[in-house]
Amino acid sequence: MGEPATQEILDLRDLQVPGARPGRRHILSILVENKPGVLARVAGLFARRGFNIATLAVGPTDDSTVSRVTLTVDGAVHPIDQVTKQLHKLVNVIKIRDLEPDETVARELALFKISADADSRAQIMQFTDIFRGKVIDVSKRSVTVEVTGTDDKIEAFERMIRPFGLIEMVRTGEIAVSRGRAVT
Amino acid sequence: MRAVDAIMECLKAEGVDAVFGLPGGANLPTYDALYDAGIRHILVRHEQGAGHAAAGYAKATGRVGVALATSGPGATNLVTAIADAVMDSVPTVFITGQVRTELLGTDGFQEADISGITMPIVKHSMMIHDPRDIPRSIHEAFHIARTGRPGPVLVDVPQDLSRADINYEPIDSVSLPGYKPTTEGNVKQIRLAAKALANARRPVLYAGGGVINAGGSKELTELALSDRFPVTCTLMGLGAFGAPHDQWLGMPGMHGTRTANYTIDEADLVCAIGARFDDRVTGKLSEFAPRAKFIHIDVDPAEISKNVPAHIPIVGDAKRILPKLTREYRALETDPTRLDGWWQRIRGWQEKYPLAYVDSEDSEIKPQYMIEALYEATGGDAIVTSDVGQHQMWVAQYYDFAKPRRWLNSGGLGTMGVGLPFAMGAAVGCPEATVVCVAGDGSMQMNTQELATCVDERIPVKVFIMNNGYLGMVRQWQELFWDRRYSSVDIGGPSPDWVKLADAYGALGMRVSDKAELPEVMRTALAAEGPVVVDVRVTKEENTYPMIPAGQPARDMVG
Repeated sequence: MGEPATQEILDLRDLQVPGARPGRRHILSILVENKPGVLARVAGLFARRGFNIATLAVGPTDDSTVSRVTLTVDGAVHPIDQVTKQLHKLVNVIKIRDLEPDETVARELALFKISADADSRAQIMQFTDIFRGKVIDVSKRSVTVEVTGTDDKIEAFERMIRPFGLIEMVRTGEIAVSRGRAVT
Repeated sequence: MRAVDAIMECLKAEGVDAVFGLPGGANLPTYDALYDAGIRHILVRHEQGAGHAAAGYAKATGRVGVALATSGPGATNLVTAIADAVMDSVPTVFITGQVRTELLGTDGFQEADISGITMPIVKHSMMIHDPRDIPRSIHEAFHIARTGRPGPVLVDVPQDLSRADINYEPIDSVSLPGYKPTTEGNVKQIRLAAKALANARRPVLYAGGGVINAGGSKELTELALSDRFPVTCTLMGLGAFGAPHDQWLGMPGMHGTRTANYTIDEADLVCAIGARFDDRVTGKLSEFAPRAKFIHIDVDPAEISKNVPAHIPIVGDAKRILPKLTREYRALETDPTRLDGWWQRIRGWQEKYPLAYVDSEDSEIKPQYMIEALYEATGGDAIVTSDVGQHQMWVAQYYDFAKPRRWLNSGGLGTMGVGLPFAMGAAVGCPEATVVCVAGDGSMQMNTQELATCVDERIPVKVFIMNNGYLGMVRQWQELFWDRRYSSVDIGGPSPDWVKLADAYGALGMRVSDKAELPEVMRTALAAEGPVVVDVRVTKEENTYPMIPAGQPARDMVG
């Protein structure tokens, strides 16, 4: 293992705990083997260790033997190192990326079913335009809108249309890839 | 060949010479294959016994222990043993039968979703969907069980798939994309750890069961002796550093020595090796070793900084890392006299607070004396198992373990009833060794049925029941913290008569209540040929001291 180090003064007081990170929201992109029960293992791990999943999205990848789980977790509540280390212990988990917000493109799809009559419909459609959403269903008393974006944008849209009467909302949870050529 | 015959080939290829289990409907094919496979099968009387016996075999030998059970209740009876094995990192493989695939999910007879039930308590599990996967799955199970941080792996095999014909070809190696344990340790971190040790004025080595699992006892001892580092080993680590020894402090934690606890409390550097800062060691976490920086060496990265933030984390195998650390440390050529002051302080504690008890002045057998007598009678050279409770702590305190793999007990899960099946497994794995089980009179009744197994299979375990007529540790807590309201702890009724019970099973039963007779009775029991049960009547209300009251800091030990 190379030359031994020379005796240098190492003041124990200078030793710091490495790896402590600020508590922000984290997007974890996890590649898992595409096998039965793998999602149960991931979800079960979060449940028994007391980690809270904010959102969870699962789908196939370009490799049929591998699936991708994208989940968001509040790092202020749970030490993210402990979350990722415990996930790594699952034998079916191949790779975990804790995506840096600045280097990541994240998107979520949401469907909003909103109360609408002849008077309010135009206003709702205007908001939908501003948020680059799409009206995907209309009835006499409702409008259903599809919005895609970051969770901030979706939450902003929700605030705007809530006064009209939000009948229901469905969100997919965020999926994400790293920016640039690099593989996530 | 049939998939079950392939399983037998795989077991033999993995070097398995004995398995523990009990047949049933869903694993009839397995038992048919076992009939002439040339592998010793120990027929237990309850699957929990099989699970713990497999763990005992693994703990004593370092090899993977194997238990077999049928579907449904057979499999669920393994659950406690699996949970015990995961908590104490015991390399074990559990092969369960499952109902036929067409019945899966229909609540078929003896169907239980054992993969689902055990998901939180296994290192890994595999449900077989295609019989052609069976050989590879068995080898993967052994690989996962024994490498990295060892643990239990469950393989669930539906009955119809186990009978299917497959093309079996031996498998030399397995490769799992998501499983690559780190073993070597980061060189820079090791170098930093050596410097930290060299510059510490009040260091302590705190070693756990990970050192024993890694086979790193010699390497730990070399590090300790490369200077005069004080050493403490956890309940799971006893024997990793041979006791007694000039640098040995005893065990830390709730019922550890004051010296070990005070040493950690005042240390400026704690070097943890294969230990996980369990709450039974740390006491109140926020006041644990308040002046110390931490080096943490562990093969499981998730243990590092889980409970106590590590200043110098090193992921890897203790056996690989410790020699490098020792070499780096020696190269620094430190002045050993810098530890003089520290040792003076430690010697002061050792003199002032030795492990001690007030012996009886009459014929009464004090439980601590019983362990001292056992140490004498066995020459300190037996494999000793215990159950869980006061007697377990007294063995840990009063039986000095000079070698690793001589002390088998349930640390993490604290499972009563493991003592006899652990001893059974150890005796099967180490036929030359003297195997002794120190049982509690409460714990012993949790797996008594395995006495039949020991008699039938000629497994000569020597059981010494520390009989105080109580669920003793619970009684102690009720006495100390619950106003002596002894709620449901008195089990000292007329039943069972242990001598008659032993006799009924065909084992030798003995009873002793006179201190003067104890050594002779022990020698007779140890010299007897088959399994022996000795009912040792001890003081009824003796407390295990010293003690850190739950949730208190170590320096506030009582007793």
